[in-house]
Amino acid sequence: MEHIVIIGNGISGVTAARHIRKNSNKKITIVSAESKYFFSRTALMYVYMGHMKFEHTQPYENWFWEKNNILLKQGFVSNIHPHKKKLEFRNGEILSFDKLIIATGSKPNKFGWPGQDLDGVMGMYHKQDLEKLEKYAPDNKACNSAVIVGGGLIGIELAEMLRSRKIPVTFLVREDSFWNGVLPAQESEMINNHIKEHHIDLRLNTNLKEIKSDENGRVKSVIIEETGEEIFCNVVGLTAGVTPNIDFLKESKIELGRGVKVNRFLETNIKDIYAIGDCAEQHKAIGQRRNIEAVWYTGRMMGETLAQTICGNKTEYKPGHWFNSAKFLDIEYQTYGWVFSEIGKKENETYFQWQHPKEQKCITISFDKNTNQFLGINTFGIRMRHDIFNKWLTENQTIDHVLEHLADANFDPEFYKLYESEIVEKFNKENNTSIQTKKKSWKRIFSKA
Amino acid sequence: MKVIKQSGLIIFLLGLTIFVGTIFTGSFSLNQSDLDTFIKEKNYKSTVIKSSLEEAIVTSEDLNIFQFSKRVVKAYESSNLYYDNLIQKYNKEKNWKEKGKQYQYKIGGKPHSLSFILAKKAGKGWASENTTLMWFLTFGLGIIGALLFIVPDVVLLGKPGIKNDGIFLDAATNRGWIGWFAFVFLVTFYILLYFYPDLIVNWVFLVDPISASISGNPASQWFLYGFLYCTVMTVMAVRMYVKYRNNKYQILRTTSVLFFQIVFAFLIPEILVRFEKPWYDFKNAFPLDYDFFFRWNLDELLSSGGFGLFILVWGVVLTVVVVPVMVYFFGKRWYCSWVCGCGGLAETLGDPYRQLSSKTLLSWKFERIIIHSVLIFVLVMTGFALYTFFSGANQVIGIKTQTIQDIYGFLIGSIFAGVIGTGFYPIFGNRVWCRFGCPLAAYLGFIQRFKSKFRITTNGGQCISCGNCSTYCEQGIDVRAYAQKGENIVRSSCVGCGVCSAVCPRGVLKLENGPEDGRINPTEILLGNDVDLMNFVNQKQ
Repeated sequence: MEHIVIIGNGISGVTAARHIRKNSNKKITIVSAESKYFFSRTALMYVYMGHMKFEHTQPYENWFWEKNNILLKQGFVSNIHPHKKKLEFRNGEILSFDKLIIATGSKPNKFGWPGQDLDGVMGMYHKQDLEKLEKYAPDNKACNSAVIVGGGLIGIELAEMLRSRKIPVTFLVREDSFWNGVLPAQESEMINNHIKEHHIDLRLNTNLKEIKSDENGRVKSVIIEETGEEIFCNVVGLTAGVTPNIDFLKESKIELGRGVKVNRFLETNIKDIYAIGDCAEQHKAIGQRRNIEAVWYTGRMMGETLAQTICGNKTEYKPGHWFNSAKFLDIEYQTYGWVFSEIGKKENETYFQWQHPKEQKCITISFDKNTNQFLGINTFGIRMRHDIFNKWLTENQTIDHVLEHLADANFDPEFYKLYESEIVEKFNKENNTSIQTKKKSWKRIFSKA
Repeated sequence: MKVIKQSGLIIFLLGLTIFVGTIFTGSFSLNQSDLDTFIKEKNYKSTVIKSSLEEAIVTSEDLNIFQFSKRVVKAYESSNLYYDNLIQKYNKEKNWKEKGKQYQYKIGGKPHSLSFILAKKAGKGWASENTTLMWFLTFGLGIIGALLFIVPDVVLLGKPGIKNDGIFLDAATNRGWIGWFAFVFLVTFYILLYFYPDLIVNWVFLVDPISASISGNPASQWFLYGFLYCTVMTVMAVRMYVKYRNNKYQILRTTSVLFFQIVFAFLIPEILVRFEKPWYDFKNAFPLDYDFFFRWNLDELLSSGGFGLFILVWGVVLTVVVVPVMVYFFGKRWYCSWVCGCGGLAETLGDPYRQLSSKTLLSWKFERIIIHSVLIFVLVMTGFALYTFFSGANQVIGIKTQTIQDIYGFLIGSIFAGVIGTGFYPIFGNRVWCRFGCPLAAYLGFIQRFKSKFRITTNGGQCISCGNCSTYCEQGIDVRAYAQKGENIVRSSCVGCGVCSAVCPRGVLKLENGPEDGRINPTEILLGNDVDLMNFVNQKQ
């Protein structure tokens, strides 16, 4: 019986294991140093905030693994011997495999700041980070101030976490507006304001120079690069992005770039060794995607795809239309298709934008200014139907079509106020068109592309 | 704001303490003429009950309710014992005729209910004499304190949004000491209410004036319960409005359930009584309303003329037509979380405990076995009741209809629905009864599962398996198990409270009524991946 070993029990590795199990009776072992059982990494924040207990972040009950004959092995892989088909653990144990899937995810970036390894400095990525945070920032007495470095999705989540325990937070963001490498200015600006509303001290255009230590090797303060200002704090969160977690592969002869290099079949340069999820790096970017995609959904898709290959149905990784979502404090964000920020947008791409006069709701639709083809949508504070946008993207619909049928796409809970008519009215005014919104139609919603 | 909140808590606890303390106040003794009237009304044949009650409670002694209750119960016991002894004696003497005669002298009914009636006449003291003042010091302070505790959250909780910070870090909502205390308090309350109503007679005095103004009658323990129920629901509905003020579905749902409780379950029945009509809650559908087909109810309805007949027909139509048709169009939520009183309490008083329901596969197994057993039980019992009603025979295949009705009333009606159903909120979550016990929920569940337009739609591939939906599902449904596979949630137990959709950080879930086609959509590969792969795998199934 073929033995499939998966290093990493995150969404990528576990999805692969589940699908391999569905399609075969191969022996499957999942190796993890972080935790025995799979948990949802994106939910770690809710444990600290008291919305959930750690056990609630585990999507499967503990009996699931034995019942499905998936072996769980706890240990830290220190080296791989590809040609002997063996893994070496830090404690000297050896595990042999027939096929190996590397799904080790990411680790937080550290850019060589002085003091970056002091006690009280942490990322917010691993289960161990959560434990550390609980230790260093249990409440606002033990931790009377925290500084977060890096304005991305994890940074704002960490700020939200700390604020849930009323800990004062200073949020250092390198850019001149929050996440404006990704978000259009309208939305980035709205999030800036929302961050401040949550009593987070947002410092834009601000870089970290160094982290200072007290006499016990614990964080005492940070120094700002631009002004030299010293901010006293007990905890520093480093959330300036992530990189593939592949240090243990350096000696292994597996081809590495920033991540583990893979082809479209998710194969590495060595036969029977594959990489999926955050740690995989495509030789050539797929469409407008990045070579490394550290996103929950892409990890899952790679797991689904690779399982097919492993079970004899060799399948190329061909992700569909881009989508993503996040939540910025109280504001939900969804995106379908491509909406690039002003910084990254191409010449033919243009926006239609609408913003609620009072509430924190807005949308940006990106479309081709020559052909009117719909390219993508960002929604803030309004939920949209994934199916519908996926269909419209496949059908290469125009923005007119999208606006006309916007009611089909709304996914807000029942009785919520709908804004289709305001949105379309604004578009008509700006573009001298006379698009009429159509009523929601179940028939259209369920029709296939 | 914090100060207001804290003083609210102190005022509430003060009100609660006085409320509990009220039980121990007052003195109870009956005068001779009241006792004579009572005995006359009751038409007791026993010759000893009068003297033993006289001896026990027509007294100048200063009895508290516990002593009073004990003496009344003892008086009844001694009367029955007297005739039991005679029965035994004649039995030994083989004097069958005399033995047979003695049974008519025995007194039936629950001793504590009889004691309640007497205590209601016998009570003196703060609760019965300074009712208004005492009402204010108990209910009044409780309501004011609770509102002062709740309303500042409009500011303290910050911007509208999901407000679940610290729920699992709090002793009240994470089975800590406050939770266990609440558990003991609620369980004790229900045991007193159902089995020792005489001990809480002082509370009943407090709502006498309100009862008189609505129905024209003095309050019973059930009026007290109804009033308390409405009060608690109203105050806790305010909490819902504050907590979920970002979510219109929650606000409308809370308003609806509050309206149906106050108007349909409380005011209309009491007003009906004022006009000498049968007490009836027009929204309480059989088999939740398990005694609808009991002989005494049918007799009462049939003897109440056209109106009684109307109730009878409505009751049948409600269960047979209205309920299933509405479930077809809207799912069982229209009843369970928009109309029902049990659901109403669960969604207001119980909301702080929704995260405590067990999500394990094992508990789902237990749920299905238990709730369907109750459904079978109630149907068999009703079969017996109807057979008895039409045939006149008081037993079927050797089992007395009355016995079955008594067992159901005690085990299901009181212990399960009340003591466990509500008392266990702080431990097992707020829908213990609705999830494990309610036969109406089981019936609605079948329709919802097999013939309904309702579903919770999963939004393509957007789920990140965070588990907020499952954690906050009061019915213990592992919502995430479906959402993370891209499948819609179609479960018989879903009461459509909408909280899974509210707490989802990624906008993945939407309660909706749509076409039956495509409602159940098993998927393996989620939306967002390669279309060919999706088709390949999903068709292979």
